[in-house]
Amino acid sequence: MVDRISFRLVAGLLAAIGVIMLVAPSVVVVLASFTAGYALRFPPAGFSLRWYQALLFNSPEIVSAFWLSVKLAASATAIGTLLGTTAALALARQRGWARVVEGLFMSPLTIPSLALGLGILMLFNLASAGLSFGSLLAGHIALCAPFVLFTTSASYAQVDPAWLDSSHALGASAWFTFRRVVLPTILPGILSGAFFAFMNSFDNVALSLFLSDGRSEVLPIRLWHIIEDSLDVRAAAASGLLIAATLLATLLMERVAGVSKHLR
Amino acid sequence: MSQGRSWLLAVPMGAVFTVFVAAPLLLIAFVSLHNDAGLTQAGLHAYAKFAGDAYNRGVLTDTLLLAAETVALTVLLGYPVAGLYMAWPKCRRVLMFLTILPLLTSTVVRSFAWVVILGNQGLINRTLISLGAIDAPVHLLYTPGAVAIALAQIELPLMVLPLIAALSGIDASLMDASHALGAGPWRSFRRITVPLSLPGLLTGTLLVFTGAASALITQTLVGGGRLMYMPFYIYEEAIQAQDFPFAAALAIILLISIVLIVTALNALGRRSRAFVRG
Repeated sequence: MVDRISFRLVAGLLAAIGVIMLVAPSVVVVLASFTAGYALRFPPAGFSLRWYQALLFNSPEIVSAFWLSVKLAASATAIGTLLGTTAALALARQRGWARVVEGLFMSPLTIPSLALGLGILMLFNLASAGLSFGSLLAGHIALCAPFVLFTTSASYAQVDPAWLDSSHALGASAWFTFRRVVLPTILPGILSGAFFAFMNSFDNVALSLFLSDGRSEVLPIRLWHIIEDSLDVRAAAASGLLIAATLLATLLMERVAGVSKHLR
Repeated sequence: MSQGRSWLLAVPMGAVFTVFVAAPLLLIAFVSLHNDAGLTQAGLHAYAKFAGDAYNRGVLTDTLLLAAETVALTVLLGYPVAGLYMAWPKCRRVLMFLTILPLLTSTVVRSFAWVVILGNQGLINRTLISLGAIDAPVHLLYTPGAVAIALAQIELPLMVLPLIAALSGIDASLMDASHALGAGPWRSFRRITVPLSLPGLLTGTLLVFTGAASALITQTLVGGGRLMYMPFYIYEEAIQAQDFPFAAALAIILLISIVLIVTALNALGRRSRAFVRG
């Protein structure tokens, strides 16, 4: 009996701490961003939207960093989705060597992107190619494609080979079968992978740190420098907007593509 | 698309992988084995430089220790959270959402949150002061403990998700049987839940250990300028010092350390599994 109570108590307490840990940091940042004072503190001094105003109307360098990040993540996701989807179609139903190749293709999911960034930088140096948006994009594509390959492969495994045979037997062309049978089944997988790819690319600092030229600075690096240098409250306002955007995008993608299924 | 030529579809990804993943990683190994940035003289100078200075070894040890502490904390909190998910079917959607959301939220934002919580004007110090427990703010930020706690929060979803997957695969009647045979919950947890969820635990450990050891942003924001870990050291040596062979050697040493530790854990896990079955 004592055993049972102690187990419940300890497990319950730790689970409560765990759930609070998951949620609390975001809540704290959002609350702190509404402060009326000059300094970042918690609980905040008064309530105002002044830092959001300062962020949106008086911070051209943060706004331009945001647009660069959007452009970079969107381009890398678009190209990465094309690469990941086609690779999944080629490899998912094969045995033997294809499993090894797929494992290799997905390795950027576990290799620290810091190492990848350093390596690609040295590659560009070796080829005497200067850094540009292109070098940044190359690194981010290498990061994005594996996410789509991962989720699309899993979805493609659900396509029953018998469907393809019946479609073929009924006279459908390969392209028609792909569009009407395969694509509807794997689309949630593709969308989920693209979503994870976009969020990861948008958030990635290590690759951008090594691969961007001096003039272009992506949003997470801009925010990182602001927080390191001055603890400016605008960083909290930017964080508040990012948290809100992530929340909305995740809710939407959960509805459209059931993204959480792909993480279990 | 005929079955015979469908592998052609993997060619574009293969090309990108070869040029922007495989070649860069091989290049790191290649450059690390040269004594000068011009790559004219092959040698082990960079590795000798690393091994010869106690400071370098200290940075590596601190980084691996930090990752190990983070793993321990995420296991401690991850099992109860995953258990809550299993025990409470009504709240699964909400719990799953709460787990995934931080994973998708910007790492800079989540590290920044810990600066706000642990700072001198932060949540913990101001609460303690208003409770009268302390008179002046305690230095919490910029300590190794703070970095471990922040990283544990940031990496927690990567431990919870594989644990949920593993726990879902355990036959519930095993727990009933264990209970009927007189085992208490602690014993059942130790003898049934942990051994059977070991694959999930190992996956989570791999993800969390790798993530924590290479978490440049959290380490610099919560750790401050005086705590040095491998990721920022690599960046500093490559970009500020322009010592590419040494930066490459640091990266290789970090990668190999991670792989060795994770492989050792996997081997250990497989042995204990054999023991459970045997």
